Amino acid sequence: MRKIIISFCAAALFTASVPAETVFVTLEKDNAVAVVDPVAGALIKTVPVGQRPRGIALSQDGKTLFVATSDDDTIRMFDAETLRETGKLPSGEDPETFALSPDGKLMYVSNEDDSEVTVIDIAAQKALTKVKVGVEPEGIAVSPDNRWVISASETTNMLHWIDSKTHQIVDNTLVDPRPRAVSFTADSQQLWATSEMAGTVMVLDSAGKQIAQTIKLEVQGVSSDLIQPVGVAIDKDRRYAYVAMGPANRVAVINAQTYQVEKYLLVGQRVWNLAFSPDQKRLYTTNGVSNDISIIDLTEHKVTKSLAVGRYPWGVAVKP
Amino acid sequence: MRILHYWRAMAGIVGRELLRFLHQRERFVSALVRPLVWLFVFAAGFRAALGVAISPPYETYVLYEVYITPGLLGMILLFNGMQSSLSMVYDREMGSMRMLMVCPLPRWFLLCSKLIAGTAVGVLQCYAFLGIAWLYDIQAPLMGYGWILPALVLAGMMLGALGLLLSSFIKQLENFAGVMNFVIFPLFFMSTALYPLWKIKESSPLLYNLAQYNPFSQAVELIRFALYEQFNQQALIYTGAAFLLFMGAAILGYNPSRGMMVKKGG
Repeated sequence: MRKIIISFCAAALFTASVPAETVFVTLEKDNAVAVVDPVAGALIKTVPVGQRPRGIALSQDGKTLFVATSDDDTIRMFDAETLRETGKLPSGEDPETFALSPDGKLMYVSNEDDSEVTVIDIAAQKALTKVKVGVEPEGIAVSPDNRWVISASETTNMLHWIDSKTHQIVDNTLVDPRPRAVSFTADSQQLWATSEMAGTVMVLDSAGKQIAQTIKLEVQGVSSDLIQPVGVAIDKDRRYAYVAMGPANRVAVINAQTYQVEKYLLVGQRVWNLAFSPDQKRLYTTNGVSNDISIIDLTEHKVTKSLAVGRYPWGVAVKP
Repeated sequence: MRILHYWRAMAGIVGRELLRFLHQRERFVSALVRPLVWLFVFAAGFRAALGVAISPPYETYVLYEVYITPGLLGMILLFNGMQSSLSMVYDREMGSMRMLMVCPLPRWFLLCSKLIAGTAVGVLQCYAFLGIAWLYDIQAPLMGYGWILPALVLAGMMLGALGLLLSSFIKQLENFAGVMNFVIFPLFFMSTALYPLWKIKESSPLLYNLAQYNPFSQAVELIRFALYEQFNQQALIYTGAAFLLFMGAAILGYNPSRGMMVKKGG
């Protein structure tokens, strides 16, 4: 009874202070997207979307949900309210991850098998051009000032700096082996990148395009070959950066001013991707092997709940 | 007048026990060392560095240290309950038991007072242990530390009653090793204190059943749920029933005309 009262009070408290939000999670094996109410901590429904969905993002206006259905060789667009399909984008073969330009007009897609980045005009639903990059491009990010598009090549171990106006590679930075994910700080001054094989997080200075800091992730009692950092997210004030550590089952909490790891938070198995809640008070992680997502309270840096969503959760997007 | 009489007797018994506890610093330290060794050494050795699968009341993955903390609270209460029983045997050998028993109050009341005294000591040890665990980064919700109090008291009373019952059987202090082997260890190891039920089920269905119906398991689960602000009704009923059963038997056991006292000539 007490639990009911507490959860009721908590629910009342949350609904009063926190706007309701929806978390979308792609389920690689279930060919579906899970829709989660993170405040109530409940899976609302699972909607089939196409073969092997991985990358997922919401449009700037929050009305369209983009899902990379890798085995269908396309990126599908859905109405974010009804989850009815509204269109398809010509992404090229096997799209895994993609990034949107800050104005929401263009989309950049990594084509892992073809070693290319496809640039798509979303409104016209047309591919504008393809940029040749290194072998196995994976992580991709656009700087918030819309100057750079970064593509990380897993096998070439390089970050490619693509000019967002000309769509030409301007520079390349050699980084630690198997760079997976890239993310800019809100002021576009820094680029954070993770190395899956070295177990490091690199902080690059956007002006010099060089590595300014390398942060080695180590967890006591966990073998170093299990430390495979993937997703990285930095809060808007650059106070903390969060790194998903794959089979180490943890999220590293890094002080983004001092570059010290402050905490390792235990989450589900093989954690890959991360997304903030709109108010940046919570962080959501997808745990591919344990088939759940974990919800992290960022004011206390504590994992509050892990919620089963379906098979092989991969990407995550949050709708306010 | 009569109530005052009862009160004085209880205050005397509880006071004596607390005083004894406070004066024996070594006892306090050693009572804390045992669970701390388990926490720092045993749990570190068995440290499931990649987390223990989710089972209620936990809502996410927890480290092994976090999992066994409620079990170690149970261990404190278990040893404390047994130690109280040991002290009863000692009291009997030394003669202070006789003094207690001639007190013109019902025997059940004296035994209950003795039990409350022992439980108070156990609960104090539990909070000291939780304080150290907090510094070791094993932190439960703040309210949990309040909710856990009634759970600790009931679990402590239940295990203390079991100790009282046993002490009515034990003739001499030396027999305590038997209690260790035949009561403490089986109770502790065949329980959910160290491993979750589903894990036990994987290895042996028999052990699973034994662990599930082990009153110590239920007491540990009651504590575990309370620490995370949840109420486990089944564990509460089970622990409460076990307390009444053990206490009833202990009162019978200490009855000079019927119980074990006759056989022992105590």
